[in-house]
Amino acid sequence: MAKHHISATLNGEPVEFLCSTRQTLLDVLRDELNLTGSKEGCASGDCGACSVMVDDRLVCSCLVLGAECDNKKIDSIEGMADGEKLHPLQTKFLEEAALQCGICTPGVLVAAKALLERNNNPTETEVRYWLAGNLCRCTGYDKIIRAVMSTAADMRENAK
Amino acid sequence: MESVEFERPGTVEEAVALLQGASGNAKILAGGTDLLVQLRAHMVEPDVIIDIKHIEETRTLTKNSDGSYTIGAAVAGAEAGDRDDITKDWPGVVEGWELIGSTQIQGRASLGGNLCNASPAGDSVPAMVAAGMTVNIAGPNGRRTIPVEEVTVAPGRTCLEKGEFVVSFNLPARPAGGGDAYLRLIPRTEMDIAVVGCGVALTLDTDGVVKTAKVSLGAVAATVLVVEDAAKAIIGTKLDADAMAALDAACQAACKPIDDKRGTIEYRTKIAGVLGRRAVTIAAERAGKK
Amino acid sequence: MSSEQKDYKWVGTRQIRPDGHDKVTGRAKFGSDFSLSGMIHGRVLRSPHAHAIIQSIDTSKAEALPGVKAVITSKDLKDQPSELKPAGEGMVNYRDMTRNVMAREKVLYDGHAVAAVAATTVEIAEAALELIDVKYEVLPHVVDVDAAMKDDAPILDDTMVPIGYETKGPTNIAKHVEFSLGDTGKGFEEADVVIERSYKTEAVHQGYIEPHAVVASVSEDGQAQIWCCTQGQFMVRTFVGQLLGMPTSSIRVTPSEIGGGFGGKTVVYLEPLATLLSSKVGKPVKMIMTREEVFRASGPTSGGSMDFKIGATKAGKITAVEATVRLLAGAFPGAPVAPACMCAVAPYDIANVHVQGFDVVVNRPKVAAYRAPGAPISAFGAESIVDELAKELGMDPLKIRKLNAAKKGTKAAYGPTFRDIGYEETVDRAMDHDHYKAPLGPNQGRGVASGFWFNIGGESSATVNINEDGTAVVISGNPDIGGSRASLAMMAAEELGIEYSDVRPIIGDTAAIGYNFLTGGSRVTFATGLAVVEAAKDAVRQLCERAAKIWEVDAEGVVWDNGHAKPASTNVGDFEPLSLAALAAQAPKTGGPICGHNAQNVQGAGPGFATHICDVEVDPETGGVTILRYTAVQDVGRAIHPSYVEGQIQGGAVQGIGWALNEEYIYNSKGTLDNPGFLDYRIPVASDLPMIEAVMVECPNDRHPYGVRGVGEVPIVPPMAAVANAIESATGVRMEALPMSPPRLLAALDSSNIKQAAE
Repeated sequence: MAKHHISATLNGEPVEFLCSTRQTLLDVLRDELNLTGSKEGCASGDCGACSVMVDDRLVCSCLVLGAECDNKKIDSIEGMADGEKLHPLQTKFLEEAALQCGICTPGVLVAAKALLERNNNPTETEVRYWLAGNLCRCTGYDKIIRAVMSTAADMRENAK
Repeated sequence: MESVEFERPGTVEEAVALLQGASGNAKILAGGTDLLVQLRAHMVEPDVIIDIKHIEETRTLTKNSDGSYTIGAAVAGAEAGDRDDITKDWPGVVEGWELIGSTQIQGRASLGGNLCNASPAGDSVPAMVAAGMTVNIAGPNGRRTIPVEEVTVAPGRTCLEKGEFVVSFNLPARPAGGGDAYLRLIPRTEMDIAVVGCGVALTLDTDGVVKTAKVSLGAVAATVLVVEDAAKAIIGTKLDADAMAALDAACQAACKPIDDKRGTIEYRTKIAGVLGRRAVTIAAERAGKK
Repeated sequence: MSSEQKDYKWVGTRQIRPDGHDKVTGRAKFGSDFSLSGMIHGRVLRSPHAHAIIQSIDTSKAEALPGVKAVITSKDLKDQPSELKPAGEGMVNYRDMTRNVMAREKVLYDGHAVAAVAATTVEIAEAALELIDVKYEVLPHVVDVDAAMKDDAPILDDTMVPIGYETKGPTNIAKHVEFSLGDTGKGFEEADVVIERSYKTEAVHQGYIEPHAVVASVSEDGQAQIWCCTQGQFMVRTFVGQLLGMPTSSIRVTPSEIGGGFGGKTVVYLEPLATLLSSKVGKPVKMIMTREEVFRASGPTSGGSMDFKIGATKAGKITAVEATVRLLAGAFPGAPVAPACMCAVAPYDIANVHVQGFDVVVNRPKVAAYRAPGAPISAFGAESIVDELAKELGMDPLKIRKLNAAKKGTKAAYGPTFRDIGYEETVDRAMDHDHYKAPLGPNQGRGVASGFWFNIGGESSATVNINEDGTAVVISGNPDIGGSRASLAMMAAEELGIEYSDVRPIIGDTAAIGYNFLTGGSRVTFATGLAVVEAAKDAVRQLCERAAKIWEVDAEGVVWDNGHAKPASTNVGDFEPLSLAALAAQAPKTGGPICGHNAQNVQGAGPGFATHICDVEVDPETGGVTILRYTAVQDVGRAIHPSYVEGQIQGGAVQGIGWALNEEYIYNSKGTLDNPGFLDYRIPVASDLPMIEAVMVECPNDRHPYGVRGVGEVPIVPPMAAVANAIESATGVRMEALPMSPPRLLAALDSSNIKQAAE
């Protein structure tokens, strides 16, 4: 059949793309829209490296069809910084060395941002369970968890 | 490589017509967390994918005036978990739904999908069975409602006829003195398929005696089990040590598991008893047991 | 901190890594992120059998499919002679390598590559794979190391000639190695206590999140460009050149950012195939492994079985150790059996040691390096039996380690005599740590274990270019897996006396920098770091010469101090110091560009030691283990960038915890892999773990200007025994096989309960 013509909002901008039924949102982002920040680590929803927001809910973009995204609001790692200004999580990850190879980092950041938008005062256990779907093989998670917790503390401080 | 059609029906009737009219294999898409993996692995080769999320009825979770709930088949676990009412009334049912995969999966995986994937290990199913939930199925001959435990007939196979799909679920009002729980055993703390799952719903009288109980086990047989002997073992008791031992034994006796990469027969059987005891304890606490 | 430590401006500080911004914004280009115009896509057909003769391959239907541009099989690769050739640090056999890249006479494991297709789309390439008709004669298979060593085992390669091992007929034993010190017979005679145990570990995968990926483009004149995620662009160049018969000068390899390697990207899989396909088609070819392919076909590390015997006096002095280590190599020889033997008891000063090892081929993917290859396996045995010894003698497990600790001057069983090492200090720091004294609750236990890894140096080249505005570019040749660029830039900034932010570290492609041995052996910050330091010193020497020229004095009369050329003394003259920027600006007039360079085969790697403490809680009804607390003490020489050193320690410890508890390759009765995905190959997730406290002991390596030792590999050595020892402490049950997953632990607990009830 002909490709689907999809109109959506991506990182705040209107976007249109064509996709076949089989193409996932991850395929669309990487192959059609040339946004390679979302990574494919497993293509089965087990690693979280492709995490994006669809209509403000955290999902694995490898488990969403492009064709489902008509009129959806999609936010990927490429939209996380505000122009030249990094998101506080991005800054904290750099300061606290919360990445090593960096392949999981975009997905972890998108997921952590989603958590902090729901809950700016998570416990360590809450952060660990929220991020359980984001595999990291390099860091042992220690510095990732610390960076998320300390960003949350900063955000609470700034909100005062 | 064959191209796949994609349809977005807006009504139940349109969906049924599409399912019925499909020349070959039609697949329902709700959360997609199983379907897309199977598609990628070429385990399924559908001619058409029918996205049911544009049907209002599949996407709504309603608390009815009698305290019961109607839950759309395409409602995701995390969406139910965000609701205070159902989480308070049926914490075990919601726990089961919310344990399906990671945060990312929970935001997508639907209750209907978890049931209709027909895995013996689906996390949502034992608690739904224990709670006495039913499913509303639409098809060419209209609607029918059946208990959750009757949907799966074998691993990967449901009782749905051609043209049929699950539209929604019915969850009874929380009974007086009622409590429920779902527990599963996984090797890690997250991201695993249940090696054993156990759902329990029970009611206690004011003296703390178990009035009614339903115990359900997942991943220990070809389909999710209702363990009547386990319920019998605790009904009329105050969950003393003997009753719990009898419950443990009944859970173990009901198991017909397999050896596989996730667990051995011996392990699954023992764990069924352990989880049975633990889930009953939690459910009784929630029912007000002191 | 040692008292003689100088005050450094950058070394020892926590700077923002130079590649960081690109990695938190999604801009960084990893292996599969690279594309070229006109590019087509390649896929690999893989064996569904563990062991089979390839009777025929018919590719005609696949070739006829519209969109298919080329199909290759082993016929398209020239065969290679069977001989061991030096490649970097180790030896490789190109006969085996070409067969691993593409099966020739036989398929030797589930997932073994059989053919590859290039087509205009991935979908067409995948459809073409299904049209390739391969006729197999399925053979009996063997996947277990002990079974493979038996006389009646199915033989993988009846032409294989074992090394160091006498055999009458064909065998799966590829190699036998031995290391001896003293006289173990005498040592056991001196012992008051002798313990013998056997242990077993399963094969585990490196588990990097980024699957292997490559884009290769070969032009009509035979010039090849390869972009890929690898731990060594020079390794890829060498191997592709050898396998495809191309001169080294015709291949240029550019490493992408690399999404984890841990040793698993020190070999080639797709690179020669993509290059060959591209040369046939005349277009760039991109190939990416699926996660399933990564598990089925890329290198895990060995599983193994071991026998240990240890003897000690009543006072706890170890008098002798004997060990036999049998490691599965996968389909081709090359298990890390020598390092497994050499590292086993290296933390200890033992007069009488005999360790032997067997390298055994089985029907599994050929193993690749994984973080301290071999050492974690033998350390699981050694550190478990040392714990048993401590228990038998009623000694504290850290005290027995301290009593027997290797020190400066200790002769290791594997040969060398140690220079300054920090092992004993790691034990002392562990003993003094709060963690070691904290109370434990019911079903909780504490275990300790130590570990050793050699670390390596190797061929390294670096260039430090002084830019006209006084900034600098550091070009090195090692893919940066965990922040090494930051460390290199910090050392260069220290030497040059300029701001860290004014140093830009770049990883050169194979045409942009001299040869570098790959990123491995915990060598980069040490060895390439040394080359960078020397290259910076070379630039400083030139800067001093330029100042001398300007001042019209002898170059010897100029010194470099804090980023400025200064007269060495008042005798030289009274000159205002010249900054690096000032000298850079005048460079065109004083002799042209200033480029420091260094290339050497770096020697003098400092061995690394670690001691870990692990607390667990065991659920006695389910066999589930929770890691409650974890402290990893390690001698790091000197931490150039402490955050990334801690990161290495934390990450290594957690990989070890995964190895201990849940990771394993599960083969079914047909010899095919049952868990080729992250769902059932269970690497630790965030909620499985507590914080991992990294304690850095700094005993500087006297053969590095800043005292650097490798740090990346040691931390994966102790965890398996630390966890096993903790489980024993919690339950009284000794786990002698990995993984200690809930079903296995519950079975052990139950059988121990039955035994106790019977007694």
